[in-house]
Amino acid sequence: MMKKRDLYTSQVKRAAHLLFFRRHRKPGVKGWELRKRLGSDYPKVLGILDSFLDKLDLQVKTVFEGETSKEKPSLEDYDKARFYVTLRGGLTPKETKMMGWRIDDIAGLAITISSIISKKGKASRSEVEKLLRDKLPGWRVELNLDRYIRSGYVAEDENRQLYLDWRTRAEIDESALVKLLLGTDG
Amino acid sequence: MIREYFPEWKLPEDLVLDSETIQHLASVINMQSEWVKHRSTSLYTDPFLLDEKIRRLSREQLGTIFLKSWRPIVEMEQISPQSLMQAIRYWNDLIPLDERWQRTEFTETETGTATISELLEQKVLADKMFSEELDALWRELMQKTTGQEKIKYWDFIGALTFDETVRRAYLTSFLVTYGFATMEINRLEEIIFLKPFKKPISFDKKLVASVPVSISFDDWTKWREGQLE
Repeated sequence: MMKKRDLYTSQVKRAAHLLFFRRHRKPGVKGWELRKRLGSDYPKVLGILDSFLDKLDLQVKTVFEGETSKEKPSLEDYDKARFYVTLRGGLTPKETKMMGWRIDDIAGLAITISSIISKKGKASRSEVEKLLRDKLPGWRVELNLDRYIRSGYVAEDENRQLYLDWRTRAEIDESALVKLLLGTDG
Repeated sequence: MIREYFPEWKLPEDLVLDSETIQHLASVINMQSEWVKHRSTSLYTDPFLLDEKIRRLSREQLGTIFLKSWRPIVEMEQISPQSLMQAIRYWNDLIPLDERWQRTEFTETETGTATISELLEQKVLADKMFSEELDALWRELMQKTTGQEKIKYWDFIGALTFDETVRRAYLTSFLVTYGFATMEINRLEEIIFLKPFKKPISFDKKLVASVPVSISFDDWTKWREGQLE
């Protein structure tokens, strides 16, 4: 019979494979999928994986359904949540350039997300475009906004209202972004 | 409050009137409490305050702030059994090259105009490359007009080859359309000048007119020989 320690080691490996390799259109794995593959103890397995990833400046990010965070999540909350591997620390502007993001694109994304947050999670596209036009050349405004929508940072409905989408919830610390913006001297 | 005034309420009408007032007061307090609750959440931000902040901060500052709160997803894309099957099917259905070349036929299509977004969609232009080229051309125009207000259109778009001249004319048309420069036309002498703006200007759509500028090989040859004004 497999020892408990060996069992966890093999489960951590399997969890890493599930989280790193994209198997669906969107990255990440749903909690119920992990439960099916790793058993009901999967939150503990993810905790062990997270401590391994710490050394590589990576982390296991949990995005709960609906709310941004939960104080004491139940197993049902975990099952409905989506899990990703994200960077633990920050990036330098040089690194973002290697990833195909120019400083203009990043600034535009910061403006778009923070303006949607400040308007209680919903802002009209024209309002956001007006703000972006202040920082980006005119022809890039629409292109950039469409890129943010394609990447899953922002969603747009038929009334041209913008909302925060799945990637923002997975990758961005929204309250830190707003606090930093307000706390920086212009 | 109720305890204080209750002994003075003699008539039922007084009682109803006062309790109605109390109910309205309570609803105001309730709305105020909701407002305070929302404002006290960590995500509450005054939209005007944030707009003002965004306007004051430079692109670099905004970018640096964003990087501090951005934790991008790490993932690996790999070939799946499904995509391998799809590739095999495609390869098997592919007609041999010599057969394909024989079947090549040309169909005549009507000429028309294409917008920049259509060209981007059809992958004729890469958005990143195009915007960078436009940025560079704008800088070049500003550099060439240092110490003077404007430059002759042909002196700016003219290049060593005709192809390059057409490309520069094409990009210049976008500089003018997007408000990075304007055209000044001397109709008597038929000379066109280009004037750059330090900041892009948005024009009143009603006052904007399209100016067709012809770029022919003859014009280019004349410009090269110094005959074209």
